Amino acid sequence: MKKRINPWIIITGVLVGLAAVVLTATGNPKNMGFCIACFLRDIAGATKLHSAEVVQYVRPEIIGLVLGACIMAIATKEFKAKAGSSPATRFIIGAFVMIGALVFLGCPLRMVIRMGGGDLNAFVGLLGFAAGICVGIVFLKKGFTLKRSYPSTLTEGFALPALMLGLLALSLAVPTLFAFSEKGPGSMHAPVLLALGISLVVGALAQRSRLCMVGGMRDAVMFKDFNLLLGFVAIFVTVLIGNLILKNFNLSFHGQPVAHEDHVFNFLGMTVVGWGSVLLGGCPLRQLILAGEGNGDSAVTVLGMIAGAAFAHNFGLAGKASATTDGVYNPGGVSTAGKVAVCIGLVVLLVISLVNTFRKKEAK
Amino acid sequence: MIDARGLSCPVPVVMVQQEVKKNAPKKFQVAVDSMVCVENITRYADLQGYRVKVEKDGDDFILTLNK
Repeated sequence: MKKRINPWIIITGVLVGLAAVVLTATGNPKNMGFCIACFLRDIAGATKLHSAEVVQYVRPEIIGLVLGACIMAIATKEFKAKAGSSPATRFIIGAFVMIGALVFLGCPLRMVIRMGGGDLNAFVGLLGFAAGICVGIVFLKKGFTLKRSYPSTLTEGFALPALMLGLLALSLAVPTLFAFSEKGPGSMHAPVLLALGISLVVGALAQRSRLCMVGGMRDAVMFKDFNLLLGFVAIFVTVLIGNLILKNFNLSFHGQPVAHEDHVFNFLGMTVVGWGSVLLGGCPLRQLILAGEGNGDSAVTVLGMIAGAAFAHNFGLAGKASATTDGVYNPGGVSTAGKVAVCIGLVVLLVISLVNTFRKKEAK
Repeated sequence: MIDARGLSCPVPVVMVQQEVKKNAPKKFQVAVDSMVCVENITRYADLQGYRVKVEKDGDDFILTLNK
């Protein structure tokens, strides 16, 4: 029996961790060096799909990840335009994954980054994330599938990379088209070229290594394959060391940057994210990378996540971060609408899981 | 032959896993359409003690698993 550990996964994990530390040190919000959910939400805000003034910015990190993956996939002849695997279902799952992530205040990647900063709320999120993955695995083992994708047109394959390129060009050439936060997390950002450069490299490496936050736990549980989990661990260890060196480590539930202490909905929000991501075949980061490789279904999923972000802020579903103002600690939390949205998300995922697991077998 | 073309990760590996658990075949073939699936199935097959031969078939890959 051979041990097949892909060294790229550890290199990528370390680099993502370093990127998170560097981007935070150069301007991104604390414990938010890299967060796919937060950054897609910022793009939704910048393009005026929602009007939450504190979270509007064209994040170059998202653009760089997609384009980096696209360039690497073309260079390695892995770019393949394909689509047709239940796109509308994926759009809806993507939207609820985003709502779950914004209730928790972070995607699985930010969850690991928050853990590396000592945020104990993120460990509660991890438990929910793991629970969601386990539920998804039950359905996968029973035969869940969103059916096949098929070779498609180049326009389908290049849809998201082209969209990202256009967004980058417009945001640089005509910035007045977009909304940019003047305060709050959206106003805090690393220099554009640095963020773009780092994320291009991370996108390219994530494409090579197949880094996936949900895939690590899923493969470990299902196949006793710990390859992808090494990436997850490498990010955590790197961020932890970086925070200890920079004295940004604070082990507690309280006073964490852009976080709240509603344990039940930190758990349930990430349950939606874990379960939904298993059904989609990868975490939000992985969806960006796959879209860069020409996967039209993942491009639709990303658009679903952007729509979910817009809904989350237009309807007050996103979690409210705790904050200290004039020495007074104001605990954040989740609104009633946010709690209802998470519960609806769980019901929707259950229906999608059941329908696509136990449907009548069709002819091959 | 197991036809796992166009199925998203990790469904192709689940199909291989079910075949191994159900029939424990000495030799069987799997068709996939991406390098990710080739890598994932190869890692799983290694853990189960199979040798894997990969052949290109147009845009697809045919994996032959041998014990």
